[in-house]
Amino acid sequence: MMLDRLNQMANQIARNLAMQGEAKAVDATYQHLKDFWDPRMKAAILASDRAGLDPIARAAVDRLAA
Amino acid sequence: MGYEPQTDFGTPEVLSDVAVTLTIDGRQVTVPAGTSVMRAAGSCGGSLPSLCATDSVEAFGSCRMCLVEIEGARGLPASCTTPVAEGMVVHTQTERLARVRKGVMELYISDHPLDCLTCSANNDCELQDTAAEVGLRDVRYGYDGANHLGAAIDSSNPYFDFDPSKCIACSRCVRACDEVQGTLALTIDGRGFASKVSAGQAGDNFLSSECVSCGACVAACPTATLQEKAVKELGKPERAVITTCAYCGVGCTFRAEMKGEQLVRMVPWKDGKANRGHSCVKGRFAWGYANHQDRILSPMIRDSIENPWREVSWDEALTFTAGKLNAIKAQYGARALGGITSSRCTNEEVWLVQKLIRSGFGSNNVDTCARVCHSPTGYGLSKTFGTSAGTQDFDSVMDADVVLVIGANPTDGHPVFASRLKRRLRQGAKLIVIDPRRIDLVRSPHIEAAHHLALQPGTNVAVLTAIAHVIVTEGLADEAFVRERCDLDEYQDWARFVSDQRHSPEALEAVTRVPAAELRAAARLYATGGNGAIYYGLGVTEHSQGSSTVIAIANLAMATGNIGRRGVGVNPLRGQNNVQGSCDMGSFPHELPGYRHISDTATRELFEHDWGVALDAEPGLRIPNMLDAAIDGSFRALYVQGEDILQSDPNTHHVAAGLKAMDCVIVHDLFLNETANYAHVFLPGSTFLEKTGTFTNAERRIQMVRKVMEPANGGLEDWQVTQALANAMGLGWTYSDAGEIMDEIARLTPSFAGVSHARLDAEGSLQWPVNAAHPDGSPIMHEDGFVRGKGKFIVTDYVPTDEKTGPRFPLLLTTGRILSQYNVGAQTRRTENTVWHPEDLLEMHPTDAENRGLNDGDWVRLTSRTGETTLRVTVTDRVAPGVVYTTFHHPATQANVVTTEFSDWATNCPEYKVTAVQVMPSNGPSEWQETYASWSEKSRRITPVAAE
Repeated sequence: MMLDRLNQMANQIARNLAMQGEAKAVDATYQHLKDFWDPRMKAAILASDRAGLDPIARAAVDRLAA
Repeated sequence: MGYEPQTDFGTPEVLSDVAVTLTIDGRQVTVPAGTSVMRAAGSCGGSLPSLCATDSVEAFGSCRMCLVEIEGARGLPASCTTPVAEGMVVHTQTERLARVRKGVMELYISDHPLDCLTCSANNDCELQDTAAEVGLRDVRYGYDGANHLGAAIDSSNPYFDFDPSKCIACSRCVRACDEVQGTLALTIDGRGFASKVSAGQAGDNFLSSECVSCGACVAACPTATLQEKAVKELGKPERAVITTCAYCGVGCTFRAEMKGEQLVRMVPWKDGKANRGHSCVKGRFAWGYANHQDRILSPMIRDSIENPWREVSWDEALTFTAGKLNAIKAQYGARALGGITSSRCTNEEVWLVQKLIRSGFGSNNVDTCARVCHSPTGYGLSKTFGTSAGTQDFDSVMDADVVLVIGANPTDGHPVFASRLKRRLRQGAKLIVIDPRRIDLVRSPHIEAAHHLALQPGTNVAVLTAIAHVIVTEGLADEAFVRERCDLDEYQDWARFVSDQRHSPEALEAVTRVPAAELRAAARLYATGGNGAIYYGLGVTEHSQGSSTVIAIANLAMATGNIGRRGVGVNPLRGQNNVQGSCDMGSFPHELPGYRHISDTATRELFEHDWGVALDAEPGLRIPNMLDAAIDGSFRALYVQGEDILQSDPNTHHVAAGLKAMDCVIVHDLFLNETANYAHVFLPGSTFLEKTGTFTNAERRIQMVRKVMEPANGGLEDWQVTQALANAMGLGWTYSDAGEIMDEIARLTPSFAGVSHARLDAEGSLQWPVNAAHPDGSPIMHEDGFVRGKGKFIVTDYVPTDEKTGPRFPLLLTTGRILSQYNVGAQTRRTENTVWHPEDLLEMHPTDAENRGLNDGDWVRLTSRTGETTLRVTVTDRVAPGVVYTTFHHPATQANVVTTEFSDWATNCPEYKVTAVQVMPSNGPSEWQETYASWSEKSRRITPVAAE
């Protein structure tokens, strides 16, 4: 999958949840990716170096990897 | 049923808790107080002659045919304008009345053509019936006096004629335009003998006037004065079938009036609970596409999109398609396949398509056109209220005191609901409009918005947060409601957030461009003006913060206690006829029917047990992700039913690239649409007139669609085509009719548990949920508590879109729809509706036009970061400086060449409403337009089936 697009989507989700505070935003972003992303999208972002991700999105993706 | 005219009680129904008993012609009758004597007579089986009365408009009392004698009363009062009274004794048939009525009738007929046998209304004419009823045998005055018999016919409207020589000046058409439609396009011009019906100003005809061709005047006309051209051509219908319109989410029900297999006219059904006997130009008249010569009636296949189409038999087409799908599945896995259900098709058809994808293809790669319109509604309202649907029925608006319309243009997009809304506004309800454009509702005859917040496109959340700031900081919230019905901690978090000074109208004015004082006044009105009802449309959802805006709307309704009763609520005005239903039926890749997540084991097992197949527990791809994955090579086959993603989805270049990358694209549709230019299989579809099933409208109302003619594609309804494809893939489905599919829907979907075709036939319609807890359905949601338990306040912060204006692209483009055209125009472009809108136009403010040296009607090049197209400009101050607007009804323009892939953060609903563009003079089509036109022509070549 196109990584730039996935990074942009993940960052946008995180930015829209950021006002909840970092911990809640990470939880919510993680849950959103889990609930709505197709396995190949998850696999692609998990396989990336996550350099294009904002901190909240990166933490959410890290949790997805766990 | 055979052909019987709809019952007409003469005057509108009156609702009252007080009952009145009177005697009419010796029979006792009890009716609500305020009912007219005419209606009371009708309700006990009596009949009074009348010409100026019809129950869609208020009584007028001009024709003097419905006179009655009332014991103890003087004179002969008109029964239509006389209310019943307790103990009243009425006589409707006396010698004196007969004499007077016959005398009046003589005068009417003395100035009326005596051409009944050749008249288009012969045997369907109230004047003719009334003349017979009063026993008129001759006219003592002769026919040589002054008359109107030579008046010229106005044939300017493409669907009906106005023949003033047959007019009896009863004013029913004028009153229908005023009271039912609310356009006030007609008037009685002149006085006395010179009185005549006039459309618009002197010199206007029906087409050039403000008439919106809703047909209310035609339906109200008692003679052949206003008559459908189709009736004039084909004659009187011989049977009528009740069915549901296939255009917008209002879900109007109609009588399809037939002559054999020929549709003569569509007449709004007076008992329809969504439309209450009204219609718009599309549902009433724009059905000619159903038999248009462009319809494809034979299946077609091709190995490559470079090749011409080859007409084949159904067997060959289905074998070819199943073979391709099975081969792709074997080579690339189930997740390489997917499909798109149609919000134009029935619930039963949508159900089968998603079932085919989940159980046959083996993936959850199912999505629907709601992705590009109301997917944020589903997300936002399910998070806050617990259910993915609007909260009210349409009738509820008649109890609203303040109506807040945001991001919707009901007079164009949902015209029949708009007429009801305008009626309420004329009664005195206040209106707030939040929209970048000055939509018609802002100021039209007898209506003026109290506040029009003309915000900068893309700032909905900022505006709604500022409104919330005013409500909370000025102590206008309904805290008693919040404490009882909502999660108090979450409310307090939200209240703290919105109270911050940075969310004040003054602080946000620079972002929203809405004057702070105006916004404060609007907020106060919504919070304190009585029943506050919010209606919204795609101007809310089609943004990068579409879901946040829906949540912000829900927050406002909860904070002010405007939820859970009549006259209030959160009301998404759904776009397509069955967009609510397609979502209910499990068209989203992450959830099964009834909005249950695919990862929920218990729900999944329920379906697995019923369908006898294991389901993938992972969510599938959304439409834009399918296209991304196709370009990436992991998504190879797509089944598209009743949807034209190439024209309707954003960034046409990207959609084309995705489709081109696939091995098998199956288009199941009426016409060779733009998507079909990239397809390998074309399966001819059936129109709404050729199928049986149900649609669910914006008020969750499930209504029957009934077949009135055989499918022209060889006799297959769309659900039968899907079943045939499933069986070609080896699934062994055995549905014998659409009712069986509904039985399966009811078995597996809790909110539909009590729904069946038999019940819909008996009751007309049902509003889900229909189940043990709500056996008769649910006109109003959340009356005794939210579906999710406590209402959930969710903080929404304004996050600017990534789509920015700048020196290269200094203007913001927003897109929308127009009354006469519908969505990508596949239907309406193939009707006479093109007379009102033959091409997409770009609206531009005079200042911006002057800066570019543009005049009204000039060709312009519209350019964004993703593409460019050309179209004509129309200069108007309806849009603000810096904002331009266009529609996307015509493939020659394809506005979506210009729109971007930015989308809602939660649902990927495209951000159609905000695109940074530049507009410059042009002298011809863009390179893309020329290339695409050439490609389109090449792709549509058809090799007829070889003769044997």
